[in-house]
Amino acid sequence: MAILEFEKPLFEIQQKIEELKKISESSGMDVSDKIDLFEQQALEYKKELYAKLTPAQRIQIARHADRPTFLDYVKLMTTDFIELHGDREGTDDRAIIGGIAKLGNESVVIIGTQKGKTTKENLVYNFGMPQPQGYRKALRLFYHANKFNMPIVTLIDTPGAYPGMKAEETAQGTAIAENLREMAKLNVPIIAVITGEGCSGGALGLAVADRVYMLEHSYYTVISPEGCASILWRDASKADVAAEALKITSEDLLKLEIIDGIVKEPLGGAHCDYELIANNLKKTITDAINELKNYAPDKLRNDRYNKFRRMGVFCQ
Amino acid sequence: MTVKDWFEQRKKMQIARRDQDPQIDDTIGKLWVKCYNCNSQLLRKEVEENLDVCPKCNYHFRINARTRINQLFDEGTFEEMFSNITTADPLKFSDTEAYTKRISQAKAKTNMNEAVISGVGEIDGNQVAAAIMDFEFMGGSMGSVVGEKVTLIMEEALKRKIPMLAVTASGGARMQESILSLMQMAKTSCAVARLNEAGLLYITVLTEPTFGGVTASFATLGDIIIAEQDARIGFAGRRVIEQTIRQSLPADFQTANYLMKYGQIDMISSRAELKSTISKIINLHKK
Ligand SMILES: [Zn+2]
Repeated sequence: MAILEFEKPLFEIQQKIEELKKISESSGMDVSDKIDLFEQQALEYKKELYAKLTPAQRIQIARHADRPTFLDYVKLMTTDFIELHGDREGTDDRAIIGGIAKLGNESVVIIGTQKGKTTKENLVYNFGMPQPQGYRKALRLFYHANKFNMPIVTLIDTPGAYPGMKAEETAQGTAIAENLREMAKLNVPIIAVITGEGCSGGALGLAVADRVYMLEHSYYTVISPEGCASILWRDASKADVAAEALKITSEDLLKLEIIDGIVKEPLGGAHCDYELIANNLKKTITDAINELKNYAPDKLRNDRYNKFRRMGVFCQ
Repeated sequence: MTVKDWFEQRKKMQIARRDQDPQIDDTIGKLWVKCYNCNSQLLRKEVEENLDVCPKCNYHFRINARTRINQLFDEGTFEEMFSNITTADPLKFSDTEAYTKRISQAKAKTNMNEAVISGVGEIDGNQVAAAIMDFEFMGGSMGSVVGEKVTLIMEEALKRKIPMLAVTASGGARMQESILSLMQMAKTSCAVARLNEAGLLYITVLTEPTFGGVTASFATLGDIIIAEQDARIGFAGRRVIEQTIRQSLPADFQTANYLMKYGQIDMISSRAELKSTISKIINLHKK
């Protein structure tokens, strides 16, 4: 497993513990008291480390190569998943995957951006950066959910919509805009979760939802800190400063009343315990569906409108 | 100077010119301006009388929101609304300069209090609700105030059951308000959904330049989308795309003509014909 820069001291302590264990085994000396103490100290250190992560460090966790992907969550949270491919206009964008599945007892349409864990996979999934056709596929599936009265779940982990020539030629902006508008019109509950990176319009294009949650160490922002730094500071190396200024963490967004809740991650980040994070996530989504499915379509649409209507801070 | 030197110098000048925003240089005195598209020296008065279009090469220079309103609405009919809504600094944002300072600089420079003017006016006698953006104010970027004023005027159109017009000019979402700016894309698009459900006509005019979060929200949601001649329109910026795909893009990439070729807009209009085009469209949709 990849070790993040800020985790290195912790990793060194753990290595020492391993060494100690080996020595004790080969020499027959009983140092289990010492090992226990060190392990306790390592755990304390880890808790401390993770309690005061900087935004830049959390971005590293959100981008961790082993972070669970959309398909991991589908596998761990749902049963009977059937992928529904294609935008019906010539493309099956692999950066956005969607389908139907059972989540608990509920049939849902589940859609998400997909990242790879290896370079090979990432070439297939385009690093989780959708083309306009991906958003159009998602829209087609939103309509499917609306037609058959199924709740919609979207899981978002994207560095942004793909900035490419063909993407522009096939109207990336329009594709995202149409999703924003059409999601406002849907009659079924929509639950969106930022699971990793939630960058810009590319993330929002799946997130005009009745409930929006973030995984504890995910981030959600108008622009990547690198992009922001290179524009406002004219220096991409100021990304850490930009990350701080942009207020991108789950706690910040909860405080700003942009999201409805935070899904707690296992100590060390989601990649440290797939089962645990999938369970936490499933519970959050199921609870939300159970509440929202009691509401009439008019109420859902009105509440959704008012939810986004309130957002923004200005003087009057 | 040898012929070779001359060629070299010419080449350099051409590159410099291409990097130059093809707008107007109005720093050369009170009476004269220079067109960066064709390099002509022009009489300022002549340009203004020609709707800020170069009389020599027909290049359409950027115009501010107030000039746009004067050109589009019947004289004396436009009434600005919601101008009491002004910028806050919710994130206490500061980059190389404090956000509050950037705002006061923009206000002083443009004599506007934000990057959009909302209001209701008449176009050839038809009442129209309108949001007119101004690129001069922090690059026309959309933060909380722009999102709120666009949404409010759409809600006003709903109340009055009149057509809605948006004239966009924006570099995208305003980074200094971060996530709050992103949410304005959702807010304005939800308001368009309500216009749709009420069966009200929504026309958008995309002007130079329209990018990012504005392109990916209310700008491209018009029932009818008009691009003004010479406008550049896109989602991602040209440089970002070039860095990503590591190849250079065609010269006409993201121009109004380019978007027309790829079926993204209904039409291109010259500035001279814009008002009559909008007017005709409104009349054709009258019940
Ligand atoms: Zn000219």
